[in-house]
Amino acid sequence: MQTETKPAVIIARDVHKHYGPIHAVDGVDLDIRAGELFGLIGHNGAGKSTLFKMMLGLITATAGEIRIDGVQVSGGNFRKVRRTIGYLPENVVLYDNLSGLETLQFFARLKGVAATECGPALERVGLAQAAKRRVREYSKGMRQRLGFAQALLGKPRILFLDEPTTGLDPEAIRSFYAILRQLRSEGVTMVITSHILAEIQERVDRLAIMTAGRIQATGTVQALREQMDLPLWFTVRVAPEDFEAVRAALSHLPVKAIEAHDDHVTVQCQREVKMAVIEALATLNGRVRDLTVREPSLEDVFFGFSD
Amino acid sequence: MEIAQIVTIASKEFWDRIRNRWVLAVALIFTAFALVIAYFGAAQQGDVGFRSIDVTIASLVSLVIYLIPLIALILGFDAIVGERERGSLDLLLSMPITRLEILLGKYFGLAAALTFSTVAGFGLVAILLSAQLDFNALIHYFGFMLSSVLLGCAFLSLAVMLSVFAADRTRASGLAIAMWFFFVLVFDLLLLGALVASGGQWGGEIFPYLLLANPADVFRILNIFTLADVRSMYGLATVFPPTLANPWLLGLVMLGWIAAPLAIATWRFRQ
Repeated sequence: MQTETKPAVIIARDVHKHYGPIHAVDGVDLDIRAGELFGLIGHNGAGKSTLFKMMLGLITATAGEIRIDGVQVSGGNFRKVRRTIGYLPENVVLYDNLSGLETLQFFARLKGVAATECGPALERVGLAQAAKRRVREYSKGMRQRLGFAQALLGKPRILFLDEPTTGLDPEAIRSFYAILRQLRSEGVTMVITSHILAEIQERVDRLAIMTAGRIQATGTVQALREQMDLPLWFTVRVAPEDFEAVRAALSHLPVKAIEAHDDHVTVQCQREVKMAVIEALATLNGRVRDLTVREPSLEDVFFGFSD
Repeated sequence: MEIAQIVTIASKEFWDRIRNRWVLAVALIFTAFALVIAYFGAAQQGDVGFRSIDVTIASLVSLVIYLIPLIALILGFDAIVGERERGSLDLLLSMPITRLEILLGKYFGLAAALTFSTVAGFGLVAILLSAQLDFNALIHYFGFMLSSVLLGCAFLSLAVMLSVFAADRTRASGLAIAMWFFFVLVFDLLLLGALVASGGQWGGEIFPYLLLANPADVFRILNIFTLADVRSMYGLATVFPPTLANPWLLGLVMLGWIAAPLAIATWRFRQ
């Protein structure tokens, strides 16, 4: 789905949040477009959760303005917009004395959603079998899934997911992202934070890197890679006696590093040299047994911006 | 303000107390104490069995004035701070509900649980004693139950206010205990002490009005002045002007004690 041309549904302008001398959020500008899966990444204490809470109107900005669907989040009209928002907080806390179904029925009533939606919501997150069990008997992962089911009630148009895969096993993470893909195809706008960068790097449309309360960069993962101009890594599998041949073949190119290992050589170079390296390795007449090229990961990009 | 949102929160709070048998436990406590007082209240005089409704109510007033404020404060001290400390408040606030609706929902749900316990506990005693009570006695007993409900609601309102101001549950519980000590044990002593120490020179005229600054005293006065047999048993009746002892006026003061802490709590919760 093309989201580049869609209008922004979440707009933050010069948003600040100060706790005494601490600037938790310090002049954030952000545009999140309709139907976009937007990632917000940063260290602990970078200001992500504070920004999330301000976007949801849970805390008031010290300065600046946040609008969702054109409505100011701190204004009295925001209640109507809230009905179209789903929120999964980090470390979701639900009511231990209620069953999974009763929990959803409680939140459904608050959202003005029919109770008949609760069963299908539980089924969607794989908790249909545990619907009548008390939440106190749920594992951490089950609670997280129940929290996600709560966020999905009322078919929200905007979803805020704060560290949504915490406590989930690999299978649950896979089905979680499958649901996100489906929601994305339905045009739902999603904002997600995660510490597990590898998990979201291939899944978000765009992301923002946040450090010390500021947005350091915004864009697609690829655009951020290019913006950082981080080197690529080649892994060239050759016999040890051919290590020197590899060095010789690349000697005329501006590669950053060549390191020999047990059965392979790693080569680090800038993106613009990539094709020249491949051509040079091709001259080794079959001595190269295998070749892999690793793009800079989101983690590399993140540390590039945050260091 | 959406009433449906208040009802949703209130019904959850109420059914939580029904489920965990809080309502049942408190109702049984009230029934047991009321029955013991009704039948054995005169045991010290070598007499057992039900005597008169006035004497029974007077004894119950002495009990309720300690018990209900304590139960109400325990019930409400963590209404908001508990949600905040557990981490469930953010999710609740992200719903299409205002802070006022959450606060009122919490209050009304807890007040319904306390009212249900009080009415069920003391109501059961009224049923058991009904053969020995005439219509007037029943009216008096009903008045006592109503004033007990108001007393509970007033202290519950104070507890909810504490729960909004307190930084954590530990502090909230400490403040609740301090509040109980102040209103139930210390307040009257301070007033009487000031009155006696100044030889009646200081505070004599405003003394009755100062009593209205304590919901426990309002409850006591409300019950004492409606019972002719009991009025003479209390020295308080001699310093309290009968015009101020109008049950409707005192009821209104009690409603003020319910509304004012809730209003302060709402103001603070919205900050």
